[in-house]
Amino acid sequence: MKRHLVSAADLSRDDALLILDTAEELAQLSGRAVKKLPTLRGRTVVNLFFEDSTRTKTSFEVAEKRLSADVINFAAKGSSVSKGESLKDTALTLQAMGADAVVIRHHASGAPARLAQSDWLHGSVINAGDGTHEHPTQALLDAFTLRRHLNPGLGNDLSGRRVTIVGDVLHSRVARSNVLLLNTLGAEVTFVAPPTLVPIGIEHWPCEVSYDLDAALAKTDALMMLRVQRERMNAAFFPTEREYARRYGMNGRRLARLPEHAVVMHPGPMVRGMEITAEVADSPRCTAVEQVANGVSIRMAVLYLLLGGATLADAPSTNQSEAAK
Amino acid sequence: MIRNAQILGGPAQDILIADGTFQQIGTDLRAEADVEIDATGLVALPGLVDLHTHLREPGREDAETVLTGTQAAAKGGYTAVHAMANTFPVADTAGVVEQVWRLGKESGYCDVQPVGAVTVGLEGKKLAELGAMHDSAAGVRVFSDDGKCVDDAVIMRRALEYVKAFDGVVAQHAQEPRLTEGAQMNEGQVSGELGLGGWPAVAEESIIARDVLLAAHVGSRLHVCHVSTAGSVEIIRWAKAKGWDVTAEVTPHHLLLTDELVRSYDPVYKVNPPLRTAEDVQALRKALADGTIDAVATDHAPHPAEDKDCEWAVAAMGMVGLETALSVVQQAMVDTGLLNWEGVADRMSHRPARIGRLAGHGRPVSVGEPANLVLFDPAYRGTVNPESFATRSRNTPYRGLDLPGRVHATFLRGTATVLAGELVEPGEPA
Ligand SMILES: [Zn+2]
Repeated sequence: MKRHLVSAADLSRDDALLILDTAEELAQLSGRAVKKLPTLRGRTVVNLFFEDSTRTKTSFEVAEKRLSADVINFAAKGSSVSKGESLKDTALTLQAMGADAVVIRHHASGAPARLAQSDWLHGSVINAGDGTHEHPTQALLDAFTLRRHLNPGLGNDLSGRRVTIVGDVLHSRVARSNVLLLNTLGAEVTFVAPPTLVPIGIEHWPCEVSYDLDAALAKTDALMMLRVQRERMNAAFFPTEREYARRYGMNGRRLARLPEHAVVMHPGPMVRGMEITAEVADSPRCTAVEQVANGVSIRMAVLYLLLGGATLADAPSTNQSEAAK
Repeated sequence: MIRNAQILGGPAQDILIADGTFQQIGTDLRAEADVEIDATGLVALPGLVDLHTHLREPGREDAETVLTGTQAAAKGGYTAVHAMANTFPVADTAGVVEQVWRLGKESGYCDVQPVGAVTVGLEGKKLAELGAMHDSAAGVRVFSDDGKCVDDAVIMRRALEYVKAFDGVVAQHAQEPRLTEGAQMNEGQVSGELGLGGWPAVAEESIIARDVLLAAHVGSRLHVCHVSTAGSVEIIRWAKAKGWDVTAEVTPHHLLLTDELVRSYDPVYKVNPPLRTAEDVQALRKALADGTIDAVATDHAPHPAEDKDCEWAVAAMGMVGLETALSVVQQAMVDTGLLNWEGVADRMSHRPARIGRLAGHGRPVSVGEPANLVLFDPAYRGTVNPESFATRSRNTPYRGLDLPGRVHATFLRGTATVLAGELVEPGEPA
């Protein structure tokens, strides 16, 4: 594996499977009475959040603590800074503190990439979401959840599985990371969105694009809903919330048209009513809550592999020789 | 006395300079001279003229001053630069343009012709005192809100009409503001993948289309700053075919670099207008070669290190360009066979001087003309080292790259400002 995880493109198929398989092993830990491993004892991990995100931050923090790392939470307010001094200065401070890894969430696309390439910091950089660019650990936990439902088993990928991603692709870092990772794992991705929320140049992405959700339902193994931010409405990306819900929202009628084995995913937090009705959100086929639990396992695996041991042979359990190949 | 210079890349000739003018040009000149320069292998071009330089003084002397900017200009082969108006305070009054003009006179490295703002404070709302700036000692003829677009169609129309009284020209930074809200790079495949706000080509093209129609309607001169897209070229070509008085410039970096470089998220590539696609670069080269684009203008935009050593989103836009312009043009235009040295002289000296109505610059290298001259070594090969720049800033995208050619010497009215690639004190005997 590389030293940093900035983009889902940093992961080869083997890397991705190694992370998924390691996460499976680590997931067993949450069932035990003592949910802690000594793996990262003495290592310092900093959660550097320039943008509020209780869910992602808590998920990383739980993962770090379960691996016994020393955790520093560094809440930085970067948005009021006109020059870029804050990121550089903060990085230099963290470097002085001896950070072994920095988990960074930033409102600006490319900030983690800049941190990884700069000489401001020597530790590993893990992208916990940057602007409208990427969110690779979210994609990994989505893939983990998908594999459990569609092709369970260590070493298995997602070949031939069809994933439909619905909503604001243009502004979604989850969508960017998912299309790269799902493709690496062999899945077929279709984006469904109003044309105003489809990025320019998407014809070069490894995916299909459709404006018609109903047409996509029947050939879907997993439906991944993206969050739609209400402030987008002011920029005329779509006319009204009601019209959006009618054309691109997930509801009971559409759920009934999905194949029986198909699941509905959501990265949370869900905007009930517009993008997903309560009926779907609370249905057993919606994996939103499960995704949160899987997030901890995935983040443990990423931290473990970047900081702990680089091969699965060092992994906490011994029976995954199959996946180590 | 300059021996064996290839004027516009032609056969080797001697050039005798005295009293600020070219006295004799020919082979084996026999004349007494205080100084002799061996120019064997060097191309002689008329002193370059830049239509678009940001000197930053007054207000941002930490980035550049008139002195350091004109030193950089001299090292790049320039003998005249137009200083853009987006200073602090904005050059929107006779007082500020005269101040910049005087600082240029004192520097002695290069003539500084201030550009006046079109509107008060570059705010796009109220015309600045264009006539007073023209009537000042600075004699302003080029007006621009560069950095910002004059997007109000009525203000733009009035400005175009008003400057006719003194043969002025409005130089437009074409950027439709609503279409470029939050824009951070060219809108296209790369911006989509990187999740950076897109600056669509149509935001430039729609303003240029409107402006050429406005200029034609009122019968005025329009100059289009830093054209960056293939579509813009088509509009300008169409306007020229109509016989309208429209001119345009392109920067060296838009002739060489593409938005693929932004994948590094390195703010050194952040510039406005943004780096475009390879197809755009090809269209711009072709347009410069066939004369649709009149001039190369540097858009030299110095920024101190702290404004670039940060994440992409908050980094300042702009690149320095005076000291690398001729090398980039050699690489993009001459070495590719698109333009010969005569063409370079036309696009980097004659035409920019004509657009700016700059007397005494952009003249041919011939007897009786003012001795503004650059000797350029096209065979030189070297790596760009920003630490050796005269400009106060180091925001160059060419750091560590091999660019061809080097300015060997620059003469401003017969006085050397650069010799053997190094600055000399103006007035110092060569
Ligand atoms: Zn401009």
